[in-house]
Amino acid sequence: MNTYPWAAGYIDDGDRPKIVTSRFHLEDSYTLERYHATGGYAGLRAALGRTPAQVHDEVRGATVLGRGGAGFPAGVKWGLMPAEKYPRYLVVNGDESEPGTYKDRLLMERDPHQLIEGSLIAAYAAGLAQVFLYIRGEMPLAHERVATALNEAYAAGYIGRNILGSSFSVDIVLHWGAGAYVVGEETALIESLEGKRGEPRLKPPYFPAAIGLYGQPTIVNNVETLSNLPWLLTNGAQAFTAIGTETSPGTRMVAVSGHVKRPGVYEIVNGTTTFRDLLYGDEFSQGIRDDNELKAFVPGGGSAPWFTPDQLDLPFEGKLVGAAGSMLGSGAIMVMDETTDIPKAALTLTHFYAAESCGQCTPCREGGTWLERVLQRIVDGRGTHADLDQLMEIGESICPGDFPHAASERLGLAATPFPYKMTTICFVGPSAYAPVHSALTLFRDEFEARIPASATRARKQIPVTAVGAH
Amino acid sequence: MSRLNEANIILAKEIIGRYPKARSATIPLLHLSQQQNGYVTNAAIAHVAELVGATSAEVLGTATFYEMFKFEPVGKYLVNICGTMSCQLLGADELMHHAEERLGVKAGGTTADGMFTLEHAECQAACTEAPNMQVNYRHCHRMTTNAFDQLIEDLAAGRLDGEIPPHGTLARVRQQIPADKAAGVASLASPAAPAWFPAPEAKP
Ligand SMILES: Cc1cc2nc3c(=O)[nH]c(=O)nc-3n(C[C@H](O)[C@H](O)[C@H](O)COP(=O)(O)O)c2cc1C
Ligand code: SF4
Repeated sequence: MNTYPWAAGYIDDGDRPKIVTSRFHLEDSYTLERYHATGGYAGLRAALGRTPAQVHDEVRGATVLGRGGAGFPAGVKWGLMPAEKYPRYLVVNGDESEPGTYKDRLLMERDPHQLIEGSLIAAYAAGLAQVFLYIRGEMPLAHERVATALNEAYAAGYIGRNILGSSFSVDIVLHWGAGAYVVGEETALIESLEGKRGEPRLKPPYFPAAIGLYGQPTIVNNVETLSNLPWLLTNGAQAFTAIGTETSPGTRMVAVSGHVKRPGVYEIVNGTTTFRDLLYGDEFSQGIRDDNELKAFVPGGGSAPWFTPDQLDLPFEGKLVGAAGSMLGSGAIMVMDETTDIPKAALTLTHFYAAESCGQCTPCREGGTWLERVLQRIVDGRGTHADLDQLMEIGESICPGDFPHAASERLGLAATPFPYKMTTICFVGPSAYAPVHSALTLFRDEFEARIPASATRARKQIPVTAVGAH
Repeated sequence: MSRLNEANIILAKEIIGRYPKARSATIPLLHLSQQQNGYVTNAAIAHVAELVGATSAEVLGTATFYEMFKFEPVGKYLVNICGTMSCQLLGADELMHHAEERLGVKAGGTTADGMFTLEHAECQAACTEAPNMQVNYRHCHRMTTNAFDQLIEDLAAGRLDGEIPPHGTLARVRQQIPADKAAGVASLASPAAPAWFPAPEAKP
């Protein structure tokens, strides 16, 4: 079994193509020396041998879907900036904190030069005059590795003035966060980088590509997204799209955690690997712990509606998963076996989003708090039947209309596909509701079983939260 | 005393000089003050505000948004136990319960000797290694109650001083941008396209 003490969680059994984790098996993968010895900075050299427009075309042609959550193609995003507005900036999103997500930290700790090289390629292609690399505050090892790598790269002439003797000049500034989940949202990231509270901005008009850092055109890309670029420029778009499917080319890093025999972080072929492969495959997580039954799993980070065994044969592919009622998000699968207390699991996730609300939008601030309180009282055995409807009503105030969920054979239920409507600025509000909605839709019996026999339908009413107030 | 000291003022000015707008250095400077004093003092807030050209109220407003900034002294070691999904599924509650008993404080509390502050934490980006915790944000994977006791003993005895600096020290390596290599900030005052970047009509 291929695991490495220096890359906790990373597993590379099997014979899969590697794009972003190709150096993880090497203990000193983070050093410039090792990076050079393994083809490092060849992608940057290849890029500098072409015009920025040619490099941009190469990336556009490869359809590198964003790995931070929204899955928007990087090449298309770079093309959305207004033509004549400068300076333009690049903000690298290393704030990884979505529940279940564990990959960007590994990429920063294990292969910081790859991220630096990818950032340089993006800056060159899109005319970005300064790069800010925003690392989550609670990751000091990633800071140290990236800081060391930046210092090495400056000394070697890869960053700074006239890079490798060309007219390309750019600084990369390491910036550090201080603990706030919502700051991972791109407009909040920009606010935070401006020295403010990390409160998301309204889109429109504040699409970063148009009005970003200091009001200037700004590209925000995820760490994994950018880490693909050195390989892409070295090997070409054709080699990249030869892996994966037409709509989801390349690879993806996926973390499988929770009740599996072998939790792990895997670089998988994009678009074809199924959830069954990931949860049960020999190369991957090898089944449910103690050979228990699988009850449910979260397919794409804590914000994603839940799946059950009915969805195991779906491939890890954005459009298909969206049609099935959930999303791939940040490549994070969390697995619940038959012993899982479902209302408690939903409470854990709802608590996370309620606690991380920035408080700007009433439906998120109030709704999240109420969802958590009502859920808590159900978990504590003090709930009523009316509470169950109340949860859905609070959810309606955050996401009016049908909320996505998976199909269930057991319940004779068809799927409601993505997306949903929302009354909030960002996705934190809806994310507080997603676990409640999934758990209640797919496992209502477990909630009902928690309600004491003495509770009657009419007993308790809580104030209805203010709706849509922003 | 709790304003930034001379050495840190030099560092602060260097950091400020990397951004097109000084206020962007607010969070890095707050970290610097926390590293110096162990927590963020009122005097440090006022000093950071002076340095970045903001009001104290603005800097305080920013500081209080972020969980890592502490406004009163905490232990030498901040022990953060993750309670989010994957850790929860694999024993986070039991680990927290044990930690409270072993340290003799409830979550949020600091031991009488000022060594340990215990906190509930959210997802630490280590979900495959559950249950997780951090000491001064250094990850401790796949924790057990025995491993916890051993860790506390080692910390108290100073055996991990080389690996885990006291609370406030974020990273022990700092970025250096050598003046002779720097490209310089992309200033808002110079709205021209970068030298290497041809405008669309000029593309070859
Ligand atoms: C609440 C919230 C939190 C987010 N957290 C992160 C994060 O930690 N890291 C990240 O790369 N993207 C995060 N995103 C997505 C970003 O807004 C943005 O889409 C992404 O960084 C863009 O990069 P990409 O196109 O390369 O994926 C988050 C989004 C939301 C709504
Ligand atoms: S949805 Fe919640 S976290 Fe997002 S902007 Fe509104 S209040 Fe803030």
